[in-house]
Amino acid sequence: MEILNAFFSAFVDSSSAAFALAAIGLGVHFGYGGLLNFGQAGFMAMGAYGFSIWTAVVAPTENWGWHPIASFLSAIVVGIIAASIYAFILGLPTLKLRGDYLAIVTIAAAEIVRFSVRTTELTPITGGSQGMTGASIKTDIQEINPLPSGQYGFWVFEAGAYDTWVRIIGWSLVAVAVVLVWALFRSPWGRVVKGIREDEDAVRSLGKNVFSYKMQVLVLGGVLGGLGGIMYILPRALQPDFFATPTTFYLWTALLLGGAATVFGPVIGAILFWALLNGVRSIIGVAHEYGFFFGLSSTQAAQLSFVFVGIALMVLVVFRPQGIFGNKKELSFNV
Amino acid sequence: MSKVTAADLISGTNGPGVAKKDPIIVADGVTRQFGGLKAVDVDHLEIPRNAITALIGPNGAGKTTLFNLLTGFDKPNTGTWSFDGTNLAGIPSFKAARSGMVRTFQLTKSLGRLTVLENVLLGASDQKGERFWASFIPGIWREQENANREKALELLARFKLDAKKDDYAASLSGGQRKLLEMARALMSDPQLVMLDEPMAGVNPALTQSLLDHVLGLKEDGMTVLFVEHDMHMVRHISDWVVVMAEGKVVAEDVPEDIMKNQAVVDAYLGSHHDTDLGSITGQIEMEEALQAELAEERADADTEAATDKEQS
Repeated sequence: MEILNAFFSAFVDSSSAAFALAAIGLGVHFGYGGLLNFGQAGFMAMGAYGFSIWTAVVAPTENWGWHPIASFLSAIVVGIIAASIYAFILGLPTLKLRGDYLAIVTIAAAEIVRFSVRTTELTPITGGSQGMTGASIKTDIQEINPLPSGQYGFWVFEAGAYDTWVRIIGWSLVAVAVVLVWALFRSPWGRVVKGIREDEDAVRSLGKNVFSYKMQVLVLGGVLGGLGGIMYILPRALQPDFFATPTTFYLWTALLLGGAATVFGPVIGAILFWALLNGVRSIIGVAHEYGFFFGLSSTQAAQLSFVFVGIALMVLVVFRPQGIFGNKKELSFNV
Repeated sequence: MSKVTAADLISGTNGPGVAKKDPIIVADGVTRQFGGLKAVDVDHLEIPRNAITALIGPNGAGKTTLFNLLTGFDKPNTGTWSFDGTNLAGIPSFKAARSGMVRTFQLTKSLGRLTVLENVLLGASDQKGERFWASFIPGIWREQENANREKALELLARFKLDAKKDDYAASLSGGQRKLLEMARALMSDPQLVMLDEPMAGVNPALTQSLLDHVLGLKEDGMTVLFVEHDMHMVRHISDWVVVMAEGKVVAEDVPEDIMKNQAVVDAYLGSHHDTDLGSITGQIEMEEALQAELAEERADADTEAATDKEQS
């Protein structure tokens, strides 16, 4: 029961939705646009911090008497703008270079963002290394929650009013993102972007402004990453260290699990990633109780779940490189 | 098709950089330096309109570099050039392409994980659906897209690729990719088509149809400029030949006469091709001197032996 709970709750959990959003963004970057972004956590951080600073520090509800709905929506817009500006600044110097350079710059930039928000001098604004408490960023969204308090859902999917509300928002955003990506990549715009992934010089020779398209792709994927960041902090608190490189690699895992250049791939990939990780973790927990892994403490044993998920990923990459949804002919790892 | 003579194309006496009656490209003082090497150093060059011009020259002559410069894929150190009267110097490549000159590449750049049809559709210019916000509303671009699709299918039929329209371009053979690249380039109705080694890696069976396609472009009122090593092709289809060597334009003429030009022969074979290499490097003289020396020594030895004999 405990294991099933850990496994199945990932299918509705808002963390899965947050990862799905960010993985969709990463899929736009890498799967469709061919941009090697190894710093998606940085985009998530920009979204999350934009949202939190607007809600908790600028606090339009308290300071200017805004309606909570206006405050909440404007905070999301601020998060989107922050992620867009970040993408734009990042893209200006790097998009003229070849792919690998973007990878290096994005991974470094994401770390710069994390270290910057952690600095003690910025504590009044960003909360420094402590981040921000859940209470300080949740006020607006709790205020506009239409659900009366109580338990919702059934079996392992049961959750309180607040969590259910966040889940509804999160999965709605995922749905919007999926429709958005689907609409974009069946259009001529998407065709140009996929062409750039294959060979940008060829597309350039056909009179397309490659730089502009790459910038649009970087901003779009970055904004989706930013929304993912916002969704991730809503059920808990703002923690700067969440936006470190492991998060980016979880997202890559989720993306490759589902299939990079597919519409539903990143969503299913994110769900399965959390389901597997949590499922394996709880199996190990149970096994530990029964005396397996005798030399290890329970926390050490819990870490083993990453080892197993890592092995699973390796097997996947070797035997099904196109992911669950991918078309083998269209996309193998071609970096 | 009547053969074009030199008098139809040029005005004035022939020579490298001769003025054309109706040039589509005029380049002046274009240079490109790679370190100590001047890869391109063209004083003046005009490409005649509605003709097929071949750009030939030995390896490393700067043909492809000149191509890259003219199409904006590389930046020159100095120089200006115009296409159809508008200045193109310092203009990024995609804008150069939009002005009506489309190029292909020496190493074919087919977009492997797009279908053949998508490859060709990408070539269409001024697509409304290629703008970010417009792409969400199919109503804006659906009509244009359908028209483009029809045109693309016609082009594919012309290049005999229509049966493969839904295959990924990566599954095509090398020759088919060349055809695909040409079809894609034609999608934008260019005035000038620039082909970088269209015959490289194409099997002989496809060569003839490719040649016919290039000739067909001219009949449709386009201008063709191509780089090629295959002299058979050059002689067969071109109206005008420009020869480059060591970055410079060394000769221009109609294909029948170009090979008689001394500068061309020199460029391909070296300026001393009909003299014995030995006399240039001085080896013959050395040899003769050596022989003389040896003969002298032998003579000395003979006389010594003779005197020895006399003494004994």
